[in-house]
Amino acid sequence: MITATGLTKKYSSTTAVDNISFEVQKGQIVGFLGPNGAGKTTTMRMLTCFLPPTSGTAVVAGFDVLVHPMEVKKHIGYLPESPPLYMDMTTGEYLNFVGKLKGLSGNELKSRIDYVCDRCAIADVRKKLLGKLSKGYRQRVGLAQAIIHNPDVLILDEPTSGLDPKQINETRDLIKGLAGDHTIILSTHILPEVEQICEQVLIINNGKLVAKDSVHNLQNRARGIQSIFVEVASRNGDVNSGAVVERIERIPGVNRVLLKDTRNNLVICEVESKKDSLVRGDVARAIVESGWDLNELRPAAMSLEEIFLQLTGSDSPAPTSVQQAAAKGADS
Amino acid sequence: MKNTLIICRKELRSYFASPIAYLLLVMFAFIFGFFFWNSLGYFVYMGMESQMRGESFPMNLNEQIIRPLLSNISVVGLFFIPLISMRLFAEEKRTGTIELLATSPVSDTEIVLGKWLAAWMLYGCMLLVSAFSFAFLFEFGNPDWKPLLIGFLGLFLLAGGLLAIGTFVSTLTKNQIVAGAVTFGICLLLWVIDWVSGYNSSTWARVLSYLSVITHYDSFAKGVLSIKDAVFYLSLIFVWLFLTVRSMESLRWRS
Repeated sequence: MITATGLTKKYSSTTAVDNISFEVQKGQIVGFLGPNGAGKTTTMRMLTCFLPPTSGTAVVAGFDVLVHPMEVKKHIGYLPESPPLYMDMTTGEYLNFVGKLKGLSGNELKSRIDYVCDRCAIADVRKKLLGKLSKGYRQRVGLAQAIIHNPDVLILDEPTSGLDPKQINETRDLIKGLAGDHTIILSTHILPEVEQICEQVLIINNGKLVAKDSVHNLQNRARGIQSIFVEVASRNGDVNSGAVVERIERIPGVNRVLLKDTRNNLVICEVESKKDSLVRGDVARAIVESGWDLNELRPAAMSLEEIFLQLTGSDSPAPTSVQQAAAKGADS
Repeated sequence: MKNTLIICRKELRSYFASPIAYLLLVMFAFIFGFFFWNSLGYFVYMGMESQMRGESFPMNLNEQIIRPLLSNISVVGLFFIPLISMRLFAEEKRTGTIELLATSPVSDTEIVLGKWLAAWMLYGCMLLVSAFSFAFLFEFGNPDWKPLLIGFLGLFLLAGGLLAIGTFVSTLTKNQIVAGAVTFGICLLLWVIDWVSGYNSSTWARVLSYLSVITHYDSFAKGVLSIKDAVFYLSLIFVWLFLTVRSMESLRWRS
């Protein structure tokens, strides 16, 4: 549905997007993930024909953005980072205007307006001025605007930014509900969002694509790294944190031990094992045998967040595959 | 064409949904009303004077009221036109709604034409306000209506040209005030640029005088429909709207 090949956008002094290539299949929800200023918005603007790429191109819904921009525009719905609303219009007037702009008319336009109002739960504010709506409603009107002409491709730029938690959940559910009929690309810098909504993730940093894989694969890779939280207590008053760390470090297979906290006769530390060695049992036995109490021992699966930080925090400029990235995580 | 009308209707809607249109129309009604009252008063005074002295000046509504008033409207337009055109693109750029227009299946030409057309129609509404006053002359006097119509046509064409300049300037900035001020500056310059021809008759002076927007209005003001001057205004409109479309395109390359 979407194929980007070597998309690049250069400004006079900086390269906002550097040689990005990816593919999105029909009906997929793809998360476009990256810190602020990574080039997400620029990439999306190139896909929507708002900005022409400096080099490379993209094919959206079967049309090249450079050759047939009009056709591309007919097949996409786009929600920019701040919903493009005319504050002096009512919701109904606005949807009517956008619908006409996208080529709808007559009964079709009316039924589509009814449909999107219902779908995005904005029917109760149809007669209200957009300027008087709350942020959550504005965002939903923005979404309604994007899907009014039933586009094949939906491009959503940070659809949940600036919303309160309840609104965020509502918006996420709404987007998930739209997935069947539309191919969706959404950008975000919030990780749980990607885990919740998306099937595929594209991670971008400094204009470069650093990873592309399914959420499932990313999480699986993350679980391959053994990292456990251990909380040790003592019966007779004092726990010597140094002794605990030193004892655990002596266990074969332990890569390193990080002391997290010591308080109230407790020692909390994170134990990282070497790749593919299971040390949980050994750690438990060692602690108990040394006369300490083992209060807690739980696997700390590396979250998508940590993978993300590793991928985007590293200085390596070349796009790395997830395997390499995960391996790097295990080594560190 | 359909898209142009959709954009145009939306622009007109927002002129009349906000106080801008009413403010401009009411302000214009007051200012023009004063001009009208004033020149009518002077006309009546001259009539009395000529009766008292027993001499008869030639009294003519067209020459003594309509023509000076039409040129007054053209000057008032100079101040009002930047106010009409400044928001056209600047506001869309500021609020980000330009992204909606630019990613909809509408061409840049259609967007520019629609917006300019809406501004032109608002100016047309202003002319209608003044037409009410002129209607009184027809009720109580017997002026010739053809020169009046031609004068209106000239004003309308002149405003079309200046609004095209304003539309262009509005694409250059996010700030409405900047757009308005620059438009005013350019319009004023084009207004007075023919002053050089007063003392200088070199080729340059004649070129500058030709570029002046107001010299081409003279024949319209006299009630003469001059094709040459109409063509000047139409090309002024065309050139500046063409530049506006180019500017819209470059907006994408730059932003």
